[in-house]
Amino acid sequence: MSAPAIELKGISKSFGPVQANKDISLSVARGAIHGIIGENGAGKSTLMSILYGFYKADAGEIFIGGQKTEIPDSQAAIAAGIGMVFQHFKLVENFTVLENVVLGAEDGWKLGPSLRKARQELTALAKEYELNVDPDAVIEEIGVGMQQRVEILKALYRKADILILDEPTGVLTPTEADQLFRILRRLRDEGKTIILITHKLREIMDATDTVSVMRRGKMTATVKTAETNPEQLAELMVGRKVLLQVEKTPAKPGDVVLSASNLRVVDDAGVERLRGVSLDIRAGEILGIAGVAGNGQSELLEVLGGMQAAEGSLTLNGTDLELVGPQANGRARRARGIGHVPEDRQREGLIMDFHAWENNAFGYHDDPAFNTGLLMNNRALRKDTEKKIAEYDIRPANAWLTAKNFSGGNQQKIVVAREIERSPDLLLIGQPTRGVDIGAIEFIHKQIVALRDAGKAVLLVSVELDEILGLADRIAVMFDGRIMGERDAGATDERELGLLMAGVTDEGDN
Amino acid sequence: MDKMPNWADVVLVPLISLFLAFALSGLVILAIGENPLEALQMMVTGALGSTYGWGYTLYYATNFMFTGLAVAVAFHARLFNIGGEGQATLGGLGVALVCLSFEWPHWTLALIAAMAGGALFGAAWAAIPAWLQAKRGSHIVITTIMFNFIAAAVLNYMLVNVLRPDGAMDPATARFPEGTNLPTLHDMLAVFGIPFSKAAPVNISFLIALLACFLVWLLIWRTRLGYEIRAFGHSESAARYAGISGVRITMIAMLISGGLAGLMAINNVMGEAERLVLNSVEGAGFIGIAVALMGRSHPFGVALAAILFGFLYQGGAELALFTSIPRELIVVIQALVILFTGALDNMVRMPIERIFLALNRRKEG
Repeated sequence: MSAPAIELKGISKSFGPVQANKDISLSVARGAIHGIIGENGAGKSTLMSILYGFYKADAGEIFIGGQKTEIPDSQAAIAAGIGMVFQHFKLVENFTVLENVVLGAEDGWKLGPSLRKARQELTALAKEYELNVDPDAVIEEIGVGMQQRVEILKALYRKADILILDEPTGVLTPTEADQLFRILRRLRDEGKTIILITHKLREIMDATDTVSVMRRGKMTATVKTAETNPEQLAELMVGRKVLLQVEKTPAKPGDVVLSASNLRVVDDAGVERLRGVSLDIRAGEILGIAGVAGNGQSELLEVLGGMQAAEGSLTLNGTDLELVGPQANGRARRARGIGHVPEDRQREGLIMDFHAWENNAFGYHDDPAFNTGLLMNNRALRKDTEKKIAEYDIRPANAWLTAKNFSGGNQQKIVVAREIERSPDLLLIGQPTRGVDIGAIEFIHKQIVALRDAGKAVLLVSVELDEILGLADRIAVMFDGRIMGERDAGATDERELGLLMAGVTDEGDN
Repeated sequence: MDKMPNWADVVLVPLISLFLAFALSGLVILAIGENPLEALQMMVTGALGSTYGWGYTLYYATNFMFTGLAVAVAFHARLFNIGGEGQATLGGLGVALVCLSFEWPHWTLALIAAMAGGALFGAAWAAIPAWLQAKRGSHIVITTIMFNFIAAAVLNYMLVNVLRPDGAMDPATARFPEGTNLPTLHDMLAVFGIPFSKAAPVNISFLIALLACFLVWLLIWRTRLGYEIRAFGHSESAARYAGISGVRITMIAMLISGGLAGLMAINNVMGEAERLVLNSVEGAGFIGIAVALMGRSHPFGVALAAILFGFLYQGGAELALFTSIPRELIVVIQALVILFTGALDNMVRMPIERIFLALNRRKEG
């Protein structure tokens, strides 16, 4: 038996008082796909950053191929045969594939020979691993899936034997994700070692050979993927039993609450972001908008939430909503009964430097309940916040804490509590569980379903197909600013939606 | 606890910064062959050793409170208003016009009208850069700086060509009528039988400045408008989400800011000079930036910082008068204080933070 590709012994790392990694030991076998799963903040990224030389561990040892190795910086990591594919690609947008691959690994002061050598090597790699990419294509003109391949090629060009991928499928369609996993398996079969960091249980089950679970900075278990199941992994991640499936009864759709027709948005650069979107949402139903990020879902949410001017027409309960002008703003929309949990809670939904109780009024600070005459009634506001903190189990239960001191899940609970407790006729909710821990996901999903059951309309935008499938009653798929098709959630599956998400036209529909 | 206690943040850090600034100033004084301890003693007695000294210290502090508040309010909306100087200059024009336009029967009426005039002119002068920022995206730092120069030129023109009394050689307005003369602290304290220097210029504007501090605090932390100003200042994208109009907040915050800077004129123009002269603001608009920085944009901090700078001004003047330390050195000391309390804030804060964290950990461990 050969030495493991990577062995970590007793790695600890703290940032100030926060211990991100506690005495972590991990052994990754050569030629395997090893998954690391854990909630946000469990310490996965810190661990990988230590391995890639971004952080220095406070304690512990790293063995690469059985040899004790110091990794003070990423150059050392590359020299030790470690390659990393980041969640957010590190590519120069207006360079070609070839130039990006060579960047930082040039041989001398003359670029020509390096490029020629890289071109040969790239052709060889493409053949070996079925990683076909046009070396002369410019990065900004190729798709996200292709860009990711370039990242992998960059690592392989630098002779990486160990490849770390951090949340690689976040930006991919299901089909592209499948292609990625095929590539990863091929790489494994050729003897490469792969570490896959993800929070998606399904990917772990699909793609990995072994899986390690992290929770609160500790490695809680390492198991063979074939010998475990999603429920057990979820339990290991959270530390208690969790419901992975949302429990809900069939929807009882009522009258149309929101009706949008022919919405169009052109952005500052002149690009058409929405190209005539029409949809109806009924009372008592959840309409899910599926799609790969960046296909117009954000703009749709912003238009409905009053943050973005648009052409077209929009009615709420039969009366018109303005799409341009002074009444097209979030405040006016709220007054009409539209709640909005924005996609990006840190940039939009919360003021990160405000106390929890100040955030509880955000967007509703005109509410008479929060005001007495000219002044704001901070005491009433704090009281209301404390009530919500108790009801939503927001932790730490301290209304005086600033938003940035809460975890992602608790931040999201503050926003969700604020918007849902108003009992809006229509709730717009974008990426409700992005960066949210499993326990909180379960809770937030329940609240959304409860709102629907109370006869309210919900528009759910999410790039997590599982979430859309589990939560929505009806699903519309967006691609390139258009709605490609609508399906009943019960009568469709991932494959069908995946095709629509990739822009394959919806012929069977009419 | 992952941060240091609040008191360390608002009290300890500025105090240490101040100490460092003074220590370095002491070295500079030593380098030019003077005795720093003597100099310090001279400053303290000159500024705080007599009611006369206090009278000047508080007079300067009044100016700095108004301009400091002006910078602080704008800063809450993340607008860096460097135009306090020009806005205060125009405020002076407003106050002068009000005072000269009418034979005022009593100073109370004159004061109210002059406050309105000063605030209006100051706000109007801030309104143009604010509009350019809100609507055209012209950076407010650039435009307010340029407006300082324009304000100086406008004042020059008005004094030389319009407001100068016939036959006068001096580019200044006529003396304001008797009915506009504000009661000094001497007059006010005399009512209670407390003696106070008659010669010192501190006047009722000082109390108005303190009131302004309180009202600004109320505005920023207790009203909806203040909430919106802070929200916009922290995150424009979040303000957009909440339906808070960035144009509206930018305009309102700058109008209030300019109005506060303009209000300064009731102190220096109406209260002290009792006529409008060239360069009446004397750099108080810029000191306001340092005051707001040191006061961390909090009205109470601004009040304290203003008094500190008032002390530096008055003590510095005494130093220049009675020692061979040149007046320029006072500017050096002021600059060091600004440097340490404003620009180099983090240099002191970070090590202190680390010490507190280490102490905490030991306590927990």
